Amino acid sequence: MIKIILPELGEGITKATVACWHFSEGDTIHTGDEVCEVTTDKATFNVEAPAAGRLRSIAVKQGQDGLVGDVLGIIE
Amino acid sequence: MKIIVEDWGLVDYTTAYQRQKRMVEAVISGECGRLIFCEHLPVLTLGRLFKESSLLYSKEEIEQKGVDLQTVDRGGDVTLHSPGQLVVYVVLDLNLFDRNLKIYLEKLEQVAIDLLREFGILAVSIAGKRGVFVHKFQSGFAVGSEEKIISIGIGVRKWVTYHGLGINVNTDLPLFSLIKPCGLDVQMTSMAKVLRCQVTMEEVKSKWEQLFGSIFEVNIVR
Repeated sequence: MIKIILPELGEGITKATVACWHFSEGDTIHTGDEVCEVTTDKATFNVEAPAAGRLRSIAVKQGQDGLVGDVLGIIE
Repeated sequence: MKIIVEDWGLVDYTTAYQRQKRMVEAVISGECGRLIFCEHLPVLTLGRLFKESSLLYSKEEIEQKGVDLQTVDRGGDVTLHSPGQLVVYVVLDLNLFDRNLKIYLEKLEQVAIDLLREFGILAVSIAGKRGVFVHKFQSGFAVGSEEKIISIGIGVRKWVTYHGLGINVNTDLPLFSLIKPCGLDVQMTSMAKVLRCQVTMEEVKSKWEQLFGSIFEVNIVR
């Protein structure tokens, strides 16, 4: 299983809100697919899939906050 | 590193957005970055942190006033674009710089502050509030709260930036009464209002190019 992590966006940016997921649980995804969009106060950022597989679960849902390093979802 | 400048003139928001998205794809594919200037017909763009309470009129009332509404994939709340505001879109591959959104936004703000200084306007950034602000002055003294003169909101795909800034050059400011700009209880101002004269848009673009090239250490070509 591979974790989709909220990446470092810049020092001082510690958290972001998930604006939307581009995939649903169970969907097949490819390495580099933009799986979800997170937003800070002035920037949106598309998080990429680190590996190919099936999106097993979404841990941080649309509208919820995540901290840098948090697991947003799991690929299997 | 080379950055190409494009001037799209007065263009409706949707057309510019589609063109910008194509630019992003091109830069992701390895083309050099773009610095895009344009002005938009009156439109309110609703960013990802948009709150209904940031609209001070109903959407129907806003559209009746000839102002379009668009939901967009940039950070921030609501902002207004209209003729007289210089919109600067920056499509830049941050893989070639620092992959750091904080530094990128700070550099954009620095270009904006230096630009205003070139026109004799003292502007500041404020911790916790993105954008650029000026102090209100009366009889040579700063009074009251700051007024916002430049708004910033960006999007990032595969570390390529898009969206950018709205610089109120000669903007029709009463249109801002439709909204709480960026969700803030803040008055908006313009270079023309501060300087009490119309400002030449071409001069603003030219100075922006110079300062952007200097601060981002890139060669600007037309």
